[in-house]
Amino acid sequence: MSTYTSATDSDRRQMLATIGVDSIEELFAEIPERLRLARPLAIDPGHSEQEVFEELRALAAGNVSTDDELSFLGAGMYDHYVPALVESIILRSEFLTPYTPYQPEISQGGLQSMFEYQTAISELTGLPVSNASLYEGPSAVAAAGYVAKNENRRRRFVVSRGVHPQSRETLATMAHAWGMEIVEAGLTDGTTELPALDDQVSAVIVQQPNYLGAVEDIAAHAAAAHGAGALTICACDPLPLALLKTPGECGADIAVGEGQSLGNRLDFGGPSFGFFAATEALIRRVPGRIAGETKDVDGKRGFVLTLQTREQHIRRDKATSNICTAQALNALAGVIYLSWLGRRGIVELAELLVQRTAYARDRLRAVEGVALAHEQPVVREFALQLDAPVRRVIARCRAYGVNPGNPLERDYPELGDGLLVAITERRGKADIDRLAEVLGAAVSAEREAYAEATRG
Amino acid sequence: MPDASYPDDLLYHPEHDWARVEGDQATFGITWYAQDQLGEVVFFDPPKVGAQVHQHEPYTEVESVKAVSDVFAPMSGEIVAVNDSLADKPELINDDPYGEGWLARVRLADPSEAQSLMDAAAYEATLE
Amino acid sequence: MAEAAPTAPGGLQAADDELTIYERSRPGRRAFVAPALDVPERPLDELLPPGLRRAEAPRLPEVAEPEIVRHYNRLSKRNFDLDTGFYPLGSCTMKHNPKLHERVAALPGHAKLHPLQDPSRAQGALELMWRLQEALAEISGLPHVSLQPSAGSQGELAGVLLTRAFHEDRGERRSKVLAPETAHGTNPATVTMAGYEVVKVGTDERGNVDLDDLRAKATDDVACLMLTNPSTLGLFETGIEEIERIVHGVGATLYYDGANLNAIMGVCRPGDMGFDIVHFNLHKSFTQPHGGGGPGAGPIAVSERIEPFLPRPQVVRRPGPPGDGADAAGNGSGRRPSGDGSGPYYDLDFDRPKSIGRLRGFQGNYGVFVRAYAYIRSLGAAGLRDASEVAVLNANYLLARLRHEGVLEYLPAAVERPCMHEFVLSGAPMKHELEIKTLDLAKRLLDHGVHPPTVYFPLIVEEALLVEPTETETKETLDRFAKIVAEILREAREDPEVARSAPHATPVRRLDETAAARHPVVRQPM
Repeated sequence: MSTYTSATDSDRRQMLATIGVDSIEELFAEIPERLRLARPLAIDPGHSEQEVFEELRALAAGNVSTDDELSFLGAGMYDHYVPALVESIILRSEFLTPYTPYQPEISQGGLQSMFEYQTAISELTGLPVSNASLYEGPSAVAAAGYVAKNENRRRRFVVSRGVHPQSRETLATMAHAWGMEIVEAGLTDGTTELPALDDQVSAVIVQQPNYLGAVEDIAAHAAAAHGAGALTICACDPLPLALLKTPGECGADIAVGEGQSLGNRLDFGGPSFGFFAATEALIRRVPGRIAGETKDVDGKRGFVLTLQTREQHIRRDKATSNICTAQALNALAGVIYLSWLGRRGIVELAELLVQRTAYARDRLRAVEGVALAHEQPVVREFALQLDAPVRRVIARCRAYGVNPGNPLERDYPELGDGLLVAITERRGKADIDRLAEVLGAAVSAEREAYAEATRG
Repeated sequence: MPDASYPDDLLYHPEHDWARVEGDQATFGITWYAQDQLGEVVFFDPPKVGAQVHQHEPYTEVESVKAVSDVFAPMSGEIVAVNDSLADKPELINDDPYGEGWLARVRLADPSEAQSLMDAAAYEATLE
Repeated sequence: MAEAAPTAPGGLQAADDELTIYERSRPGRRAFVAPALDVPERPLDELLPPGLRRAEAPRLPEVAEPEIVRHYNRLSKRNFDLDTGFYPLGSCTMKHNPKLHERVAALPGHAKLHPLQDPSRAQGALELMWRLQEALAEISGLPHVSLQPSAGSQGELAGVLLTRAFHEDRGERRSKVLAPETAHGTNPATVTMAGYEVVKVGTDERGNVDLDDLRAKATDDVACLMLTNPSTLGLFETGIEEIERIVHGVGATLYYDGANLNAIMGVCRPGDMGFDIVHFNLHKSFTQPHGGGGPGAGPIAVSERIEPFLPRPQVVRRPGPPGDGADAAGNGSGRRPSGDGSGPYYDLDFDRPKSIGRLRGFQGNYGVFVRAYAYIRSLGAAGLRDASEVAVLNANYLLARLRHEGVLEYLPAAVERPCMHEFVLSGAPMKHELEIKTLDLAKRLLDHGVHPPTVYFPLIVEEALLVEPTETETKETLDRFAKIVAEILREAREDPEVARSAPHATPVRRLDETAAARHPVVRQPM
């Protein structure tokens, strides 16, 4: 009997008799002998729960988590504090174990929380229509590109170099399949400079704040896009939207982004969720599930999956997306977190991030051998340029238990030895001071080593 | 419209569409059978005025909650008008498929195409 | 924030149970307490000029923690779930979600690991991913695995994009992908997203792919055939060897949709059947909880000739760490040795010139990998095989019990063949003789505290009911389900109206989906 099953020998005998066969073997008779696996799977035998737990614990011990070092890593996923009520709610069986709510009468919990989530995303982004989640940030950018392509059937995307490199790569993978071209809009002083746009541009894609942490003038980009009849897609970091002009206010048609920082764990990159919001005009092109309000036969309010004709199970080859399973539980964590932060709390948190980030930027720019990559306003992340090989500097910092940030030299060679530093509310003044100290020492040591190596 | 009905003054296409020919123009819609199969209509995606339609080819879609249906052109021509009231009241397609639930009006490219369509009796016979 | 403003269409007052979190809000209430500002405060206008700032704060709820907890707890009680009752949703494999998995996924070494952590300091995670890859390769019979795709659909997308890359690498451009008419909707949707045109292949009277139709449609303009085996009818494609010959004969790839893998683990393998690419649904056979609609994961396994095109990055195992001094320097946390040169080194390989690129950020849904890996380690080879055997046993037993209860007279099996892990019934006789449809049967099942099977799929069966019990159900549960269905049919003979107006015992009754689609209300008005 395999773990988690209940079919004892006695059960099996009875069941086989009821079916009218002599053995389980017979139930597989239609599979040609040639195709049967003639040996057991070359996989270890099963283990007890205790042994499996110990093994997973040992594997966990082989990872340096944000509990083990002072981390300033960001680039889309951030070490925020997730309040205890999130996991106490999402681990409830009733939220954790059901399937997609295709039978709405017994899924009001899931459907109503989707409606509440959609409302929260709509408020953050300033756009009226949100779906119930996509997988994560970069594939949400590609999904938005698919909407633009199907909406106006033009040949080209203009994508800012300030959009997350992984989002640009994901979009490029899909654009190749669609036979579409990608033109990059470069960065000047850390913000996007759009080229002249013609009537073959399907969408302009920008990020807010951009990958180097700079706040962009999304309204200007949207105006330029609309002037050429193109859509504007704004990939955004959700917490800064508590303060920044919303994509909707700026005239964007679609806002997408990575939702991990809203109540979700780091989990080495997933699962998290992607959010997607759009104008009313695009409602029938929106990918993924959408929960809608209605009433039942007794006049009671209830919620259902709506506009299902957009989706794969009905529209099949003409669906707005192939997405089926999305990230419902992670989106639920998101709306619980946003409810916990609340209208005032999210502003307070964002302002705290702004102040601490400003402090960090001031401390670090004053470090010998460290310069800001740009002077644009930032919210919670910013790029630096080091006067020493960035990976060697990082390695030295790590020896002191500090992970100073993400090296940029591969994705942004024009910055030389770039470093992206992210601040969350878990990084206090003392942590930032320590970063400045350790980074300073590391840069110094590397410059010293270089000077020695090149001396005489 | 609760009971099946197939007006005699219309011409019918096997894909469950009707045409009312008036001179060099015609009005198109879907039949009682088509709306009954579809269920309650929730959305009609109007074609563009000026677009060309070709006999036997789909020119638009009608949606119910759980299905999408292509709508086929019974005759060829250029769209001169679409029924704007369907945007707010798609249920007109169910309630009055031959009247207020009309879909599009077309300037005919070849009126003789009417000869390849069926009359009400012939169309009804195909439904058995 | 509005006073308990009802928003039900028609202005009906919502009962307390049904209020949204926004309707519970009151100005000034809050849960969050901000950490103290410990840095010198600068004027916000200096740091973020007013021209960059939004006019009004987002109108998020204003509620304290007790209210949030009570709200979502009460909402949860309006959900049916797998931990509470039988969930025989065909094609979804609703098997038990082991409770150990939440414990191991929550270990800080897994849960608090940043995706950009240097590989030398994420050796536990990369080793776990590598070992999971090895296990999936063995289960599928295809040697090379990518864990990157986020769900089955994304795995399918990866498969078709890999196919495109494979053909382009040979200097060919093909424009079509074949899929059976019984295919799950994600297959044709994926084909279009991948830039191909889908062509449907018919089914014969035995429920198999129609080989003549396949032969006619398999031209050298076909890039791929996407297939599920067992099919979505729950039947083994007995012609699979001939299918393989036909498809490979025109130079196309053969793609395996792994949604029905639960029938065959350890029994037979798609790689051995000749498939080039396979996707797995970790949220089906590998117990990742469905979460009400995700998260899941859709890893893929491919043959040697498809390997070069796999997404970037790939998790690989090397004999030792890279020679770059910078990465090997510093291991200050006293953790398990990683960069010290002794023993294998697990790494992310980005150097893949023929790769299709990325389908998403970072490495994929790692938290899901942790749970799937724990499952495989718990069951082992014999356990996985037994799971599939019992899944098939349970399905056949349930079918036999339904027959015994007289249910199959009204809901006959769509095809008279031994089923595998699921079976399809047709409600057409029930509709004609008892005047209730499959939909009505499903809604009446809700009143009996059971989740209905999948309805109206696959499309080729009239009034379809697709039933998949899975291996984690007891015999008694299956007996009880058969009795419940028989009871509903008996009741319908007396009074069909009860089922037609069902459900009666649920938090809400049948909902007006037409109104919801005609005039969509998709957020709280404010």
